[in-house]
Amino acid sequence: MLLLVSPMNLETISIEDLLLRRKSLRRMLSDAEGLQPVRISVLGGSTTNELVDFFELFLLASGFKPVFQQSEYGRYYEDAVYDPGELIAFAPDIVYVCTSYLNVLNMPPVRCSGDEFNDYVETELGRYKQIWESVKRVLPAQIIQNNFELPPFAVLGNIDAVSHGGASHFFLALNAEFARAASSDPRLLFQDNHNLSSRIGLNQWFDWNRYFGYKILLTAEANIAVARSLTSIVRAMYGKSRKVLVLDLDNTLWGGVIGDDGVDKIQIGRETPVAESYTAFQEYCLSLQKRGIILAVCSKNNSEIATKGFEHPDSVLKLEHISCFKANWEPKHENILAIAAELNLGVDSFVFIDDNPAERALVEAQIPGIAVPDVGNEVSRFATIIEEGRYFEPISISEEDLSRASLYRSNSARSELEAKFANYGEYLDSLEMSAEIDRFKPLYVERIAQLTNKTNQFNLTTRRYTLAEMEQIMGDSRYVTLYGKLSDRFGDNGLISIILGRQEEDVLHLDLWLMSCRVLKRDMELAMLDSVVQQAQGRRITSLRGYYCPTKKNGMVADHYEKLGFKLEEIEAASNISIWTLNISDYEPRNRHIKVMELVHG
Amino acid sequence: MDSILEEIQPIFRDILDQPHLTLTRESNASNVSDWDSLAHINLVTSIEKRYKIRFALGELQDLKNVGDMVDLIETKLAPR
Repeated sequence: MLLLVSPMNLETISIEDLLLRRKSLRRMLSDAEGLQPVRISVLGGSTTNELVDFFELFLLASGFKPVFQQSEYGRYYEDAVYDPGELIAFAPDIVYVCTSYLNVLNMPPVRCSGDEFNDYVETELGRYKQIWESVKRVLPAQIIQNNFELPPFAVLGNIDAVSHGGASHFFLALNAEFARAASSDPRLLFQDNHNLSSRIGLNQWFDWNRYFGYKILLTAEANIAVARSLTSIVRAMYGKSRKVLVLDLDNTLWGGVIGDDGVDKIQIGRETPVAESYTAFQEYCLSLQKRGIILAVCSKNNSEIATKGFEHPDSVLKLEHISCFKANWEPKHENILAIAAELNLGVDSFVFIDDNPAERALVEAQIPGIAVPDVGNEVSRFATIIEEGRYFEPISISEEDLSRASLYRSNSARSELEAKFANYGEYLDSLEMSAEIDRFKPLYVERIAQLTNKTNQFNLTTRRYTLAEMEQIMGDSRYVTLYGKLSDRFGDNGLISIILGRQEEDVLHLDLWLMSCRVLKRDMELAMLDSVVQQAQGRRITSLRGYYCPTKKNGMVADHYEKLGFKLEEIEAASNISIWTLNISDYEPRNRHIKVMELVHG
Repeated sequence: MDSILEEIQPIFRDILDQPHLTLTRESNASNVSDWDSLAHINLVTSIEKRYKIRFALGELQDLKNVGDMVDLIETKLAPR
């Protein structure tokens, strides 16, 4: 379960090497097996070839096999709005609208009233809305739109951002409108060039020689930053963002060695500059925890003494923020594998932070797929370096993310409870589980697409669907669509299971059956089977056809259909896909331990 | 002069992904395969980074072959 493909590490490569070795890197990375295809159209306001080259490399390194289509130079608007034929024919999964301050058609004049200013913003926004709406109309693709960097020249000086005639003011207003549009439209994802260009600096962002010479507006550095940012969005779209931050303790979360110095002497708090820097890093970790990143500790320490560090009155992080705590003298990579097993998450969702380069090297070498940024040993730099890696990119912040860390904590409470029951059924009953199982609803379709694209282990076919495809399927009468939500006495687990069945005469083909691992062994699959059979019988279907497509990660469901009493029909020799059938004419409901709410549509 | 030609040869080999490419002063985009416009931009950017120089817009237009480029680098590196 933990043997994962290691993506080549392009995190630490220098810009010079990236420029020089682009072709050979591309060749090497393309050779990897099991890359996930993704089709991307780039609608560019200037020449996008260099950006696309870098984007391709980073996607390859993240396990994707991208195919690109680029609009003719500067035809981002026309190709989307008037002439989308080529776009439609290419059938992209993602359309990236790549525009800059140069692409604005009508800038407000220096003498401009407040009302006129608003009209100018509205007009320019309107052009982009046309692009987005047109793409959404003709394609089931996800749209990524970048916002604007500040203009290179502020001819009004400091009041450029104040006056209605100021270009800076105009782009800030336009960016606010873009953000508003993206916040209310799950099909529109937002790529923050304003932020990126600020980090890099506008003088290192624009490259006028390259623009006048080749119509490439940005420096190679800037294009690399944009490509990294886009890659993190694509990773997030397909559920490949990282979820867990594993932290060392001594000289990482506090200064000093707690075992030698004692809890009173570690550096944390506000008393010295060094203590302040550790406090600031703890605050950064806590801010990640609050938005749903799981914190774990992996330290060479005596567990009892290490725990005391978090009881220090100045420690920002408390034990309750740490979902998994390993302080002992075992090698770190073994502890990290144990953390992965306890949290039931793959190590490819882990980021490991340690001030000790030897530990970093060991973990990186021993655990393929884990991210081990070179944070150095200066704690004041740690947060910046973690930020640059863009490991934890979310697409949107759901309630689910916000409550995730507490969810994993209540999971360990459940494990404790489990030990007290002799009989597993009795334990399940004690959980007082209730489920809501129903056909897909618009309210949940975003979460359904998200779960579909990030679930790897309990996933029989590992088929991926974009949000737009899911919306289409929802309206297609051939499909039986079911989602399942599960609550228990410890809390709401949220929407955790999906079945997608496609009817062909009297057979229902189960294209998709997946479940979040956080509800393993709760009999939820029996409740889902009951519901899908009930739906199928209502359509005069007589048998279910299940498919198991083996991947590196879904071994845990190899015997899923067998355990449910399906009969093995055949195993396709080339693909190893097994096909299973269940006759449902005399089906008896299986679920005993979960109370299922009545289906609204019956 | 020769040394700059030797120094930029690996840059051409890497960018064009041709490990055995031998560069001469007469090499140009029409007699070296895969030296297309994108590769050209990449070559220029990489050479600028290697020598910490910037080519002016007009300078690049007049280059006919690698020899011209070597001479231009030489001029830019010469102490004033």
